Amino acid sequence: MNTTIMLFLLQDGITNGAIYALLGLALVLVFAVTRVILIPQGEFVTYGALTYASLASGQMPGTAKLALAMGIVACAFDLFVARKALHGRLILRSILANIVLPAIVLAVTLHFAGQKPPVAVCIALSLLIVAMIGLFLYRIAFQPLAHTSVLVLLIASVGVHLALQGLGLLFFGAEGQRGPPVLSGAFTAGSLRFTGQSLTVYGITIAFIVGLWLFFGLTLYGKALRATAVNRLGARLAGIRTTLSGQIAFLLASVIGALSGIMIVPITTLYYDSGFLIGLKGFVAAIIGGLVSYPLTAVAALFVGIVEAFSSFYASNYKEVIVFMLLIPVLLLRSLAAPAVEEEKD
Amino acid sequence: MSALLSVTDAHVAYGKVEAVRSVGLEVGENQIVTIVGANGAGKTTLLSAIMGILPLKGRVAFAGQDLARLDIEDRVAMGLGLVPEHRELFVTMNVEDNLELGAFRIERSRAKASIERIYTLFPRLKERRKQLAGTLSGGEQQMLAMGRALMGEPKLLMLDEPSLGLAPIIVADIFRIVTELRASGVSVLLVEQNAQAALKIADQAYVMELGEFVLSGKASDVAANEQVAASYLGFQHEATSAL
Repeated sequence: MNTTIMLFLLQDGITNGAIYALLGLALVLVFAVTRVILIPQGEFVTYGALTYASLASGQMPGTAKLALAMGIVACAFDLFVARKALHGRLILRSILANIVLPAIVLAVTLHFAGQKPPVAVCIALSLLIVAMIGLFLYRIAFQPLAHTSVLVLLIASVGVHLALQGLGLLFFGAEGQRGPPVLSGAFTAGSLRFTGQSLTVYGITIAFIVGLWLFFGLTLYGKALRATAVNRLGARLAGIRTTLSGQIAFLLASVIGALSGIMIVPITTLYYDSGFLIGLKGFVAAIIGGLVSYPLTAVAALFVGIVEAFSSFYASNYKEVIVFMLLIPVLLLRSLAAPAVEEEKD
Repeated sequence: MSALLSVTDAHVAYGKVEAVRSVGLEVGENQIVTIVGANGAGKTTLLSAIMGILPLKGRVAFAGQDLARLDIEDRVAMGLGLVPEHRELFVTMNVEDNLELGAFRIERSRAKASIERIYTLFPRLKERRKQLAGTLSGGEQQMLAMGRALMGEPKLLMLDEPSLGLAPIIVADIFRIVTELRASGVSVLLVEQNAQAALKIADQAYVMELGEFVLSGKASDVAANEQVAASYLGFQHEATSAL
């Protein structure tokens, strides 16, 4: 291998690693706040990517209708739970947030579908649609189970993943799609060629990580999210609703997923089930970070991306195997360290 | 005077084991009410159930409103605060963040003024305001837990074993602050194993044994009771003058 190939693989690895970093951070965030291991994170990627690609190619994405359908169910859940203390404001708020908002987005999507709208409109609509799906998903599938064990939440998570994947096949078909680049053009630095899209990936990843850091460090809602992750009972005693924290976590996770998808789909053809594997690589990084450490997850994600790039060069048939094998030494080390920690907790 | 907190015929169970049986309790405005009793009597269980952490059979009313359908966050919003035995601090966050989050439901401008009030009440916390909560001493953590609860502007603050494991000088400080709270209009429901100190500052007292109240009344009368003196104050009745 010469230096040029090595640099090229490194560049490719960092680009993919940046995406895995975002997904890994979202997984850590959701787990820390809600104890949900978010297997459907990959579906947020696929939905974001394919909604964007569909809109850009002039098709109507089924996800906009799904958001409205889920909103109606979420509204029914809200009203059923509050049935003994229903009042006008609560009903109005629930209908506005759960039904009117997705209905407006659906109307706007219908308006633009078939017109091949500008990239910015496609991105905005895709993010909005997937963000709503993420929020309603929490309300319908996870909020009612919030007090159950991690295992029950995991089973629900697997169920949601399978359901969303099936719906993905229904909405987007079995054929893969590609979207237009967010930023076209390219420039060369030495032997390396930087495309506008790869620079977009770096830029958005860095902006998002900095944004998340500021959100968690400086804003009251960010601190409330951290507090819920550190001590759920303490947060509740301070008046912080765990459902609000869960909603914010799912909102961030779905936006991060959709954004990752939008960044990937101009580079790689994505299918309705591609997100699962991409999400799993973020999951590998999150596990290396112990599902608690954001910096460790980000570094591990870059490492995963680089290992993947090099293994696709040396042994492309085994690249997934090699990436997932990274988990074995980490889990082994953690299992050796874990019993002592648990005993201390007891 | 109508009671601020009123508990009627409360039962709390862990599965089939009833930890609190048929308990009734009242806390008035500007009152310190204490529940004393041995370890395992059901005091912490009762506080947890009043706060909504554990399910309770019976009736709990706060400021005239039935709490049955309200969850913990709603009770906090109504003005009920709990400082639990284990403090439940955000240990990886600093003192100031912990306090700020205590006022999560309060207007930002009022919260800023509240922080200064808490720093006046607990000057030690001001010195440590950028320190992580998990690195504070036990006494400082207790002060922070009380400060965080007070940031929510409670009308009634429930304190679960605030003196547990603390040095006597810190305990005296905490009990002094509890009396200051009463003077500032905050009622206190105090659960304590240190019966002597609790009965000294309380207006009303309940003695709990095996999940039931066996004695209640004015704190001074309860302290003068022979059985209480022998069981919880560590001396016979003739020595009560020492109180």
